Amino acid sequence: MSQASDLDFAGRPLVAVTGVGVVSSLGQGVEANWDALTAGRSGIHRINRFATDELRTTIAGTVDFIDVGPHVSTNLSFAMAEAAATEAIGMAGLPRDDFAGPLFLAAPPVELEWTSRFELDKLPGDAREEAGYDRLIELARQNRSDEVYEITRFSRIAEKLSDRLGTRGLPVTLSTACASGASAIQLGLEAIRRGDAERALVMGTDGSVTAEALIRFSLLSALSTQNEVPEKASKPFSKDRDGFVMAEGSGALVLESLASARARGATVLAIVAGVGEKADDFHRTRSKPDGSPIIATIRAGLADAGLSPQDIGYINAHGTSTPENDKMEAQGLAAVFGEALARVPISSNKSMIGHTLTAAGAIEAVFSVLTIQRGVLPPTINYNNPDPAIPLDTVPNTARKAEVNAVLSNSFGFGGQNVSLVIGRDPRA
Amino acid sequence: MVAPKRDVLVTGIGLLSSLGEGVEAHREALASAGAPRLDGSSFAPYTVHPLVAVDWSAQIPKKGDQRQMETWQKIGVYAAGLALADAAVPADEATRAGVDMIVAAGGGERDTTVDALVLARAREAGDNGARMNATLSSELRPTLFLAQLSNLLAGNISIVHKVTGSSRTFMGEEGAGISALAVAQARIAAGQSDICLVGSAYNAERKDLLLNYEIAGMLRSGPFAPVFERIADGGEPGLVTGSVGAFLVLEPAEHAEARGARAYARLTRVEGDRGRRDAAALEKRLSRLVEAAGGLDADLVVSGATGLADATRVERDVLAAKAPKAELRAAGERLGHSFETQFIAATALAALDLAGGGHARALVTTVGHSDAEGVAALEAVSNGEAAR
Repeated sequence: MSQASDLDFAGRPLVAVTGVGVVSSLGQGVEANWDALTAGRSGIHRINRFATDELRTTIAGTVDFIDVGPHVSTNLSFAMAEAAATEAIGMAGLPRDDFAGPLFLAAPPVELEWTSRFELDKLPGDAREEAGYDRLIELARQNRSDEVYEITRFSRIAEKLSDRLGTRGLPVTLSTACASGASAIQLGLEAIRRGDAERALVMGTDGSVTAEALIRFSLLSALSTQNEVPEKASKPFSKDRDGFVMAEGSGALVLESLASARARGATVLAIVAGVGEKADDFHRTRSKPDGSPIIATIRAGLADAGLSPQDIGYINAHGTSTPENDKMEAQGLAAVFGEALARVPISSNKSMIGHTLTAAGAIEAVFSVLTIQRGVLPPTINYNNPDPAIPLDTVPNTARKAEVNAVLSNSFGFGGQNVSLVIGRDPRA
Repeated sequence: MVAPKRDVLVTGIGLLSSLGEGVEAHREALASAGAPRLDGSSFAPYTVHPLVAVDWSAQIPKKGDQRQMETWQKIGVYAAGLALADAAVPADEATRAGVDMIVAAGGGERDTTVDALVLARAREAGDNGARMNATLSSELRPTLFLAQLSNLLAGNISIVHKVTGSSRTFMGEEGAGISALAVAQARIAAGQSDICLVGSAYNAERKDLLLNYEIAGMLRSGPFAPVFERIADGGEPGLVTGSVGAFLVLEPAEHAEARGARAYARLTRVEGDRGRRDAAALEKRLSRLVEAAGGLDADLVVSGATGLADATRVERDVLAAKAPKAELRAAGERLGHSFETQFIAATALAALDLAGGGHARALVTTVGHSDAEGVAALEAVSNGEAAR
């Protein structure tokens, strides 16, 4: 039987984080990442995975230290996810091949990749000569391949994870653009609150830095073009910020009802106290000018956690380093926090790991858990030229010790996706 | 502790397919007498169930919005608009801001002309990828990325129909549709949501997707045959795809009653699972799902079967054993197979049938083309419950 102390202010089951795992361009595993993050080290570098001739942006936070053979986004996304999940499940003290709870996975949209299209075009067979899909289809009829087909399936990463880790039921693969990782946590939190699950594996992964992906974001003017010194390109909240830096990684969290965690004697790292969400109906890539959806999202997150702004000790910013995002995020926070915002430290992990897109919300939630657990705020690096329009305590350039009871972690994405998580300390700690 | 579950009603249906648009055009979709509308020439040797001609402006009034979308997104935004109108959810922003949304999405159309150009130029010797980079940089339309992003179907529904309570996009073929309906139903039953728009869209008339399914060897190129007859078809693959948009409005009985909304049916249960696909494992899993959803009592099964022989045979046998009293209909017969959209479209057809008094209890099944199985259970609402 659960006890009153296992319930939140609204009488719902409290949801604990009992394990975390992470992979980013800074390295594999919690310790490697935390060491680099608190040392203010950048994982951004020149791309050498593919030719960058003719590209406006030639830098990224790719993960090159996991060998998956020839790069295929699905394979790298899976490998990073498996590493992060295995670490999280191990930390939670659960069996690595029998997780016995549902999986909510934020994963990048996939397509047949160019390497496969080029290979198809070269295959033998009776087909028209003219390049294009008619030829590819004619060749495919004579050269079927389950292996190539699997690359095109959106659910493939989750299926492989589910088989490997022993999660239960039909895994959910989701995308809410750059808020995806936070949405995965939200879905797990809701499932446990409903009583549909005692525990859930919630995670995000993204290994989709390709030439075409860079070009697509470049065409929307979203990427930094400060290629000269890669590690200095991502500079959230700086006056000369000019776009985000694409990056890869995976973050995983084991969520568990506090009652279940307590019953099996698990170590509680933190609790997911609340989550807020509000969609924006203004524009496909831009926020409503009055910031009302972002404001509503942050307020909803605080309300869901039963907290007010003064309870928040640190803000893990979305902080992409685009001119638009950082301005809108700061304005939204100012509207909710008022003058008190000046006293709340806020930093952007993306200054070091870049924007891990689909994985960002989950990776940054992992770092938020570690911030609470270890009493250190990771810095915003490259903060040498503050934007006077958005005065913030960005924890500039050097990590800072601080006891934090509650973290607000924001995630905003294309398509009007906004999610704010509130992560708190174990109420018994 | 955990509050008692609330009844979940289907109060709005939005359908767009080869059969037409709206509820009336789809009422007879389960009748065996009707013939499918097919296009066997545009994508020969494959047959597709082509989308009916649509005046997009009826649900997407701004031309500027239409220009930002390719057909896949337009099908979904249009069907979502039909569902909201059908449920009589007022169009004012204050109301729509309280509506939650879950969309099951694939990805958007590629620019096949640009891709052909990249392929042609890559044949020149000695290229390291620079030609592809140059071609894509100069030829891709900037907005095409947004028309392709999976979550931008939901994003466009927010922009066009002002649905902003929440916005979640699930991906992963048939499983995405199963999970979307399951999560929407569970959230409403548990009091986490008071009204939810849930749905999906699939554009079958795309060579980029036909290529994928041909790589897998699943596409049928022979003459059309009814879905369950494709089981005994001598090795000819069974998949015939169809363009479909399907959205539902779900809400708890109290909420529907308070705003005077009428219901098509009660959605009592949605279950999903996955696992090994050998016949014995699939039979065991599907049997469990059908039993859990109350199969024995069903007098109608709306199957989302693909027509792929092995899985469709197992499904037919499981249904014969576990839902013996039920009349069996295949949604794909008239609509074609629509992947992410299949389960929700089949659920919409079942709700329509129940509302028309055809049956009392329906099961909806979907066995995904490669992975994922789902079962939904629906009941007719009684006269006292503001039935349609």
